[in-house]
Amino acid sequence: MMAETPQPISDAIIRVRDITVEFGTTRVLDGLNLDVKRGEILGFVGPSGAGKSVLTRTIIGLVPKVAGRIEVFGVDLDNADSRQRRAVERRWGILFQQGALFSSLTVRQNIQFPVREYLNVSQKLLDEIMVAKLVMVGLKPEVADRFPSELSGGMIKRVALARALALDPELVFLDEPTSGLDPIGAGDFDELVRTLQRTLGLTVFMVTHDLDSLYTACDRIAVLGNGKIIAAGSIADMKASQHPWLRQYFNGKRARAVVS
Amino acid sequence: MNGDPTLERIAQGNGLALCAAGPWTAPFAPLLEAIVSDAEKLAGSRPNIFIDVSQISRLDTFGAWLIERLRRSLTRDNVEAKIAGLSANYATLVDEVRRVSAAPPDERPPVTITGMLAQVGRSVVSVGETFIGLIDMLGAVLVAAGRVLRRPRDFRLTSTVHHLEQVCWRAVPIIVLITFLIGCIISQQGIFHFRRFGADIFVVDMLGVLVLREIGVLLVAIMVAGRSGSAYTAELGSMKMREEIDALRTMGFDPIEVLILPRLLALIIAMPILAFLGAMAALYGGGLVAWLYGGVDPEAFLLRLRDAISIDHFIVGIIKAPVMAAVIGIVACVEGLAVQGSAESLGQHTTASVVKGIFFVIVMDGVFAIFFASIGI
Repeated sequence: MMAETPQPISDAIIRVRDITVEFGTTRVLDGLNLDVKRGEILGFVGPSGAGKSVLTRTIIGLVPKVAGRIEVFGVDLDNADSRQRRAVERRWGILFQQGALFSSLTVRQNIQFPVREYLNVSQKLLDEIMVAKLVMVGLKPEVADRFPSELSGGMIKRVALARALALDPELVFLDEPTSGLDPIGAGDFDELVRTLQRTLGLTVFMVTHDLDSLYTACDRIAVLGNGKIIAAGSIADMKASQHPWLRQYFNGKRARAVVS
Repeated sequence: MNGDPTLERIAQGNGLALCAAGPWTAPFAPLLEAIVSDAEKLAGSRPNIFIDVSQISRLDTFGAWLIERLRRSLTRDNVEAKIAGLSANYATLVDEVRRVSAAPPDERPPVTITGMLAQVGRSVVSVGETFIGLIDMLGAVLVAAGRVLRRPRDFRLTSTVHHLEQVCWRAVPIIVLITFLIGCIISQQGIFHFRRFGADIFVVDMLGVLVLREIGVLLVAIMVAGRSGSAYTAELGSMKMREEIDALRTMGFDPIEVLILPRLLALIIAMPILAFLGAMAALYGGGLVAWLYGGVDPEAFLLRLRDAISIDHFIVGIIKAPVMAAVIGIVACVEGLAVQGSAESLGQHTTASVVKGIFFVIVMDGVFAIFFASIGI
């Protein structure tokens, strides 16, 4: 269960090996290894500032790494040429922490943007797919012509998810999808992620702090600490762990409240 | 079966089966759309049409929606077209897209003549609003300044010094370089044209008066509007976008006092300094060119300069500087606070800040010219 040297998984969709990331002299990730299985929802937890977002951003190529290797869909991203990289980028979708919607485009244009760029389809189909995505993430088609500044926080997350799903990716990265949502909204969002994973066969890499999400949505949990994965496994594994941070996290007052 | 997606038509008695096969996924969307709109024409041709999806190798939202769209258009006279052979994996996805209603039309108003006229009208009204906005801001700044004068402890010295470094100290190299070059050019052009009637030496008069009265301060003001005015607008605008200004307000601080007053004051202090340095650099450049290109040696240049200009010329120039700084600063702050939620709006207001800043600087220069002419300096 302790994941210092993870068992190689044959159908891993993401394979991270010995990743080291430094900002100046601070080492954020230190020889980190992680596998994400195809079709699972992996919850990624760790103390604030441990580098969860940094790992996500390193995998998707926004943060340069000092050492290590990253394979996504079996493609080594360091050795991929720009065409291979684009092909990979088209197969993943990313929900940023703040949504990162294009502020000068409407919801409609935001969702249609990746589709319009990658596929040569009619405006009619673009509109229909846009509505389909909005319905999938639980929004009404009426929001289509609003601008991001006219949306609530929860709606921004949903629209951002709809945009991340626009090209029907196989893999989505969710960076704290339920933070800033009310508990009911967060619960709906977890349910939504579950449903989408079932219907679309998604693999989900979810950075989260939300214990409810971990219990209801995730198949497997990986814990980041001291720049490494300190544990990976099911909720039961986590609760059985003797690691002090894990004990506090999964057996603390809030955790007990979630379980009961 | 992993080539292109297909939709085969197989007659069955008086019915028709449409057999979908292959990957019905996003990368094939253009092809799938063509196939489906072709098949939609079959609606009503047979009494019984159904869609067989058992041969589909992969299905995503695009494929599922196109099948759903086909099913809807084949449904006629209350006879529903059926989807057959749906595997359990894909059933939920098809159910999901079944909830999709028709797409709402894009609500962009068409371009009409009345619309264009209305746009012109709105622009004219907005010119008036600009003036009101500027006067409004001037008033608010004066009130804040009055408050700070009564309680000097509220004055934000650190912030003012910080902005002074940004808009004054760091602006010196570029301001000096530009005004130096302009001084060189004025001098060269003057000598080139005056030489024809042997009036080389009068280039010194022209340079002195022009640089000290007009060009020095005007050029510096334009540079400052482009360099610091735009920075102020962008800073305040992005603070507005991220609700930082609202946060200040809720903590009981006046954004005018905390953000705008130090910026404005820094600019008002910086402009005369920069205008002076600019004028000196322009005179130096002009003198250098007069010596190297026109053969006016430095001693003759200085003597001539002393005769040609008086302290009045210098005062006329330098007195304009703080006023122009105030105009640039107020325009920049009004535009910054007018930024709305989008990145586009930030860009528009930064542009507006520079354009309006330069416009008002030139208008002010004209007003000053009339004023000084009428009082006879």
